Amino acid sequence: MARRENPEINAGSMADIAFLLLIFFLVTTTMNVDSGVSKKLSEKPPEDYVPPIIKEKNIFEVNINRDNDLLVEGDRMDIRDLREAAIAFIDNGAGDGKIDEGEPTGPCNYCQGEKSLSSSDHPNKAIISVQSDRGTEYGTYLKVQNELIRAYSVLRNRLSKERYGIPFPELEESYKDDRNNLTLKKKVEDIKRSYPEIISDAEPTSN
Amino acid sequence: MAKFGKKKKGMPAVNTAALPDIVFMLLFFFMVTTTMRETDLKLENPRLPNATEVKKLEHKSLVSTIYIGKSKDAARHGTGFNRIQLNDKIATAEDVPAFIINERSKVSEAEVPFMTTSIKADKESNVGTIIDIRLKLRDVNALKISYSASKGSDN
Repeated sequence: MARRENPEINAGSMADIAFLLLIFFLVTTTMNVDSGVSKKLSEKPPEDYVPPIIKEKNIFEVNINRDNDLLVEGDRMDIRDLREAAIAFIDNGAGDGKIDEGEPTGPCNYCQGEKSLSSSDHPNKAIISVQSDRGTEYGTYLKVQNELIRAYSVLRNRLSKERYGIPFPELEESYKDDRNNLTLKKKVEDIKRSYPEIISDAEPTSN
Repeated sequence: MAKFGKKKKGMPAVNTAALPDIVFMLLFFFMVTTTMRETDLKLENPRLPNATEVKKLEHKSLVSTIYIGKSKDAARHGTGFNRIQLNDKIATAEDVPAFIINERSKVSEAEVPFMTTSIKADKESNVGTIIDIRLKLRDVNALKISYSASKGSDN
């Protein structure tokens, strides 16, 4: 007769079972968080829509050809210089801003650009137009979009630090955490209105 | 000298009773964080481009994904990088409006304006394909899009 002091269920293989499950979940797990460059498309224009006349100097033209080369304002450019060029264009501030809800916004007093007469009047008038070929590689296209968005975020960040003393991403983050905070909302909107992101996609060329 | 006599018994085994607890803890962590892929890809996994200005996509249920890339079945669809996958079929840009309308019917009406279309396209696919899709999306008023990209810079 076996006489035992304290009979226990053998739990030694429990670890093995748990490991098996663990490895299964380890293998099937995909930890990717969906992230991407977000864009808002413009609405479909009505049939009789007449596009407004925009001065040549308020348009920053970026062309990407089918060999993924960049042509910016008529000159070849490397993608690394694109952001600087875009910042210089947006932040130029040579003239008066557009009339916003019946109220003229006046000259750009927060711009630090060169105020060159051949470049944009005001950030809210400055339009960046990206034209690509149908054969352009998507990777290049997105890189260009990314650089342009980055140009805007650099400017917004600078203004936010100047006016409110904190970087813009942080300001936006704290607004997201506290949606009912009206002062935060005003600050975020103020920055966004000062540097509105106007990037338009022109009809692609094809051949 | 009874003390020395005891030592003869040898080293006691390391107590592994807590091992299952640790393993279970890890197991639960992975069980909770796992998301199973709902559609199986008919395309080769798109190599996403890199970008720095990425935003996280929130509310998974409001995101409809369009894949663009190279087909796994090269004999049927060729080796180009411009195949479009909607749900679990290879489709064309013409099918995009139907896809979006179908996605919309899955959520409540109040949430429709917050729906986002995520475009997961391969680096080497062409802008022409993207633009075709974009025009179709505009037709059905699905204006929020997100070009899927991984965070980081490669230059």
